[in-house]
Amino acid sequence: MLRRLFKDFRFGVLPIPGRLIAIIFFVALFIAPLITHNTYYLYVFTISNILVIFAVSWDLLSGYSGQVNFGHALFFGVSAYSVGLLTKYVGLQPWATIPIGTLIATGIGVLTCIPALRLRGPYLSLLTMAYPLLLLGLVMAFKDVTGGEFGIPSIPALANTPIGKYYICLIVMTAAVLIMWKLTDAGSRYIRTGLIFHAIREDEIAARASGINTIRYKILAFVFGGFFAGLAGALYAHILGTVSIGYLSMVMSFQAIIFVVFGGIVSIYGAVIGVYTLYTLLQLLGAGGQNFIGKNQILIMSIIVIFILLFMPEGVGVWVRDKIERECPRCKLTNGAWRRNCRACGASLH
Amino acid sequence: MTLVNGGIYALLAIGFSLIFGNARVINLAHTGFFMLTAYGLWYFMRRLGLGAIPSIAIIVPAVTLLGILAYRFLINPIREHLAAVLLMTIALAMVFQELMLALFSSNYWAIPALIPGFTVILGVSVLNQHLLTLGIVVAVVIIVQLILAKTKLGIALRATAQDAEIATLMGISVPRTLMLTMGIATAIAAIAGVAVAPIWIISPAMWTPPLVMVMVVVVLGGLGSIKGAIIGAFIIALVEVSVASLMPHYSYLKVVFAILAMVIVLIVRPGGLFGIMFEEEKL
Repeated sequence: MLRRLFKDFRFGVLPIPGRLIAIIFFVALFIAPLITHNTYYLYVFTISNILVIFAVSWDLLSGYSGQVNFGHALFFGVSAYSVGLLTKYVGLQPWATIPIGTLIATGIGVLTCIPALRLRGPYLSLLTMAYPLLLLGLVMAFKDVTGGEFGIPSIPALANTPIGKYYICLIVMTAAVLIMWKLTDAGSRYIRTGLIFHAIREDEIAARASGINTIRYKILAFVFGGFFAGLAGALYAHILGTVSIGYLSMVMSFQAIIFVVFGGIVSIYGAVIGVYTLYTLLQLLGAGGQNFIGKNQILIMSIIVIFILLFMPEGVGVWVRDKIERECPRCKLTNGAWRRNCRACGASLH
Repeated sequence: MTLVNGGIYALLAIGFSLIFGNARVINLAHTGFFMLTAYGLWYFMRRLGLGAIPSIAIIVPAVTLLGILAYRFLINPIREHLAAVLLMTIALAMVFQELMLALFSSNYWAIPALIPGFTVILGVSVLNQHLLTLGIVVAVVIIVQLILAKTKLGIALRATAQDAEIATLMGISVPRTLMLTMGIATAIAAIAGVAVAPIWIISPAMWTPPLVMVMVVVVLGGLGSIKGAIIGAFIIALVEVSVASLMPHYSYLKVVFAILAMVIVLIVRPGGLFGIMFEEEKL
């Protein structure tokens, strides 16, 4: 068992720089609290981990299955508001509110995709964009229940110490990203969803002609997207301790899209890279709004996004991967860019 | 109010629809240009003390030029990727917002009416400013229709919207036509900004509420259809004003009802009221 794991590591991870970087990154995240006890850093990393779940779930729904959703904050906000209302009126604890909130968001995912199934392209995008605004209108209209623009305060924390919160979010994030990576892995022998999502995105008519029930898989994509975005929303509400209308705003929806497109759409690692460069790095450099970077964060982020789109339209993650990895032209095996010959079949890589 | 709001939504929606119909670009920065015009007008009139006419004469061409430049250098290179274009335009709008925030702070500003006083029509007193706004709306709609129907440029625009490849074969320079479309669309947005500046409050966040309404209007009327944009704008404005006057306590619900109207239309007719469904988008 151990020997097999070692062999996998030696031949499946070490020769491929992208996988090596991913593993080093996750190990670094797990040992980070041993190095720093700075509460602000831990807080920023906790929030980033939640945003990673949110961004990856958008990528799963919109990047993979091609149904570009502009209102992903709907699932996030529905889940967060369910958590808030359950805490305020029923008095439940986090272990109960998070699963219930996530399930409600999943249900909303099924509901929203019913009108969405008839639409495609820009119509779908604009319709989904309207959903969170619809809910926002309802939240503002029934102020005595939802608290209006002040939101619902004093939601119990996940753990007592910042390190506890950090580890809970990190473990949930790792599990969620692994599950979503497997769900969207087109080369998997056991789970077919990844392959089918690719097929639906590339050509829906051809997918249907090949005997795939595209409607069922499109609903499934909404279910997955709603589930993971709902999970992120519920965690976020417990970490911040309040639920407010910011959860449903257009900025929240676009944040997910910005992270994913920045890192590279239709790639799980792209979303992770996007969050960790655009959110975490800017937050750490900004030092909580003290210096120039902290004060003009949105401006800097927008300008970075404009330049990235102009010069690397595929996303930063894909651009970097193309620099450090090369696919063997004969056997399609991934190699490090420094090799002259393929490590399996020996064909020249140039 | 219905007519004024509807007219402004119609103006914004026509530009949005034009650029979508021709270049297949969803321009979320559209209302950003509208905000820039309102700010520019305020700056020239209140800070520099210019008259209304010279201010308008400076700001409308300036914003139009900015729109054309933004299209040429930022949107055109990535026109093929739908998500990238969306992101680019939203980033552009955010840059505008943050620049206005940095330059003029987050305070609210206002401009006095261009024509003060009011007129009594059929026993109802109407502000002259509202009449002027309506006049601008009607004039712009007529001019746009004339350009599209009568001039060579309009024919080129419509040909590009129908099939860009065939238009190229007929000797139309598609990139130039698209740039001109963007120019016309931005100019209409700028004129809407001029029409709105004396009525609405000017603030860095003033671009988002109309953006949502314009989306609703355009989807309701059908993307790429100008007739749909105008009719959709008046339907939505009517819904909005009637909700606000029937249920004054629940005025936040006006967005909800507007969106519900859109969802109902979309469920019955997935292409919007007057939408053009392209062959490859049908299923």
